[in-house]
Amino acid sequence: MLDQVIFYLFAAIAVVSAILTVTRRNVVHSAIFLITALLATAGIFLQLRAEFLFIVQIILYVGGIMVLFVFVIMLVNLDVAVRQLQFARQKWVALLISLALAAQVGLMLWSTGKMPGQGVPVLAAAPVDKLPLNSEAVAESLFKTYLLPFEIASVLLLVAMIGAVVMAKKKT
Amino acid sequence: MQVVMQATMDFVKQYWVPLVCGLVIVAVLPLIVGYVVLVERKIMADMQARLGPMRVGPHGLLQPIADAVKLLIKEDIIPEDADKLVFWLAPVLSVAAALLAIAGLAIGPVFQIAKDINIGILFVVGVSAMGIFGIVLGGWASNSHYSLIGALRSSAQLVSYETAAGMALVCGLLFAGTLNITSIVQAQYDQGIWFGLLAPVAFFTYLVASIAETNRAPFDLPEAESELVAGYMTEFSGFRWSLYFLAEYTNMIVVASVATTLFLGGWLRPFPRTHWLNFIDFLPPLLMVGVGAYCVMRTPKQPARVQQMFMLAVAGMCFAVAVVLAAPVLVPIVKPSLALAVKPYYDGILGGFWFIFKVSLYIYFFMWLRFTLPRYRFDQLMRLGWHFLIPLSIINVLLIGIAMIVGQYLNWSGWMLLLATIPASIIALIVALFILATEQKSEPQKASGAAPDSYA
Repeated sequence: MLDQVIFYLFAAIAVVSAILTVTRRNVVHSAIFLITALLATAGIFLQLRAEFLFIVQIILYVGGIMVLFVFVIMLVNLDVAVRQLQFARQKWVALLISLALAAQVGLMLWSTGKMPGQGVPVLAAAPVDKLPLNSEAVAESLFKTYLLPFEIASVLLLVAMIGAVVMAKKKT
Repeated sequence: MQVVMQATMDFVKQYWVPLVCGLVIVAVLPLIVGYVVLVERKIMADMQARLGPMRVGPHGLLQPIADAVKLLIKEDIIPEDADKLVFWLAPVLSVAAALLAIAGLAIGPVFQIAKDINIGILFVVGVSAMGIFGIVLGGWASNSHYSLIGALRSSAQLVSYETAAGMALVCGLLFAGTLNITSIVQAQYDQGIWFGLLAPVAFFTYLVASIAETNRAPFDLPEAESELVAGYMTEFSGFRWSLYFLAEYTNMIVVASVATTLFLGGWLRPFPRTHWLNFIDFLPPLLMVGVGAYCVMRTPKQPARVQQMFMLAVAGMCFAVAVVLAAPVLVPIVKPSLALAVKPYYDGILGGFWFIFKVSLYIYFFMWLRFTLPRYRFDQLMRLGWHFLIPLSIINVLLIGIAMIVGQYLNWSGWMLLLATIPASIIALIVALFILATEQKSEPQKASGAAPDSYA
């Protein structure tokens, strides 16, 4: 019972603040709502007992990336941005595409029988003390099972980072 | 409605102990912070050959309470062009993040609000880093140039130094092999050595980075009085201002606790496994008795009768604490049959003492630095962070890892492991200094006097 209340609370916060992120005129307000959306998602991770993902979400997205976002926003002249057009005038195309996406997701859920009310039993929650320790489990899968993809991703990120440094250092 | 009520009842029934502990912390922490401020002013006065606050209570002992009352009844000013909601939210955010981080800390093996969380130390570090938004948003919402520059500096500073601090933590965690706070301290007990000794360079890096992260002098650029009035707090007054203050000092306590847990052996006394040094257990009560005796000795010198009474009360409190500290040590000696029953109290009370003692020493070091070193310039701060600390900490992680493999190969552990890690640390330091030197040589010398940075 309590689990459900907490889940719907986090989910509602995430969805509402995601919508507000897009619709606010003031960019800093958008950033604040993006932070709340990320935090609510982190809360859902925590409820799924993925503690490591929860804290990584907070440290990297909220504590790192969003600080940089806000930093850049403050360097921008906001008065100009507020007066500019907020949305591109492509409502009908956007509506069509989002409807198509919704239909696709719905179809997929329907065909695999995971729509709510289809009578498929929900998986029983695993007992807490039987779960493997979360950060250890993440480490196992990253450094043993998926070592190669992990290394490839790291090298890719490193290349991007060095590229950014080289581009920033270039004298124009 | 019924559902929500039921859920709330379940929640309270299940978690009332941590809830009460949390309430106690929220209630007591402002008082503690007030006295940390008083201690800071006293230390500052001592280092500058002054007396410091002396008026309210004997030796200014009631000064924090007077200050708190003053701040509470001060007029609350919100600038007209400020973003009201964000202005209201920002200080609260700062304090909330700092207080939430306390929940993950373990003050002694017994007292921990969020017990045995798997991600332990990461939780504390990550949540306390969120407090930066209080500073950044507060500075932006004030709609003032000083505040905005303070906020910008603060975010740039945090992003630069968090990498170094994180890498330093990784070094300590390599030895511990776990993120859980209780297990980290247990690992130091098992290996019989503090990780701060095994990785001195990592400890140094964390020390410097933690000063920068808490915006303390000599890195208090976001609130540099001589250039920015009060930086991000310029437009805040009264209670909101005091919330920022509370957050800053709480953050100090948090970073000191993290460093204590990971590098200084947490709640373990020095040399916890050497039995012939067991007399160390008697030092805490003796220390308290000494402080109490000093208070009694000073009593006749107090000018007023009230102050004499107050001094005696302080002495009495010290003696009471001494009794509490001595009880778990003396009882097993007097009555060996009770030794097992007393053990948890021994862990809780003496462990708590050593933890708080180490945290106090760390904070004292912060204050000492503040009154000794002049403030850095912003480009110097950035250079120190990016050109020295970050390379140093990355190289250090690499070399400490290699040293650990070597240690494993040669079957070294505990103090023997120092043979591998100390050379690794020294090499890391030399390489980092070398990088700094070549960096400085390759950079074109700027004309002196010109401001090199756009937001400095």
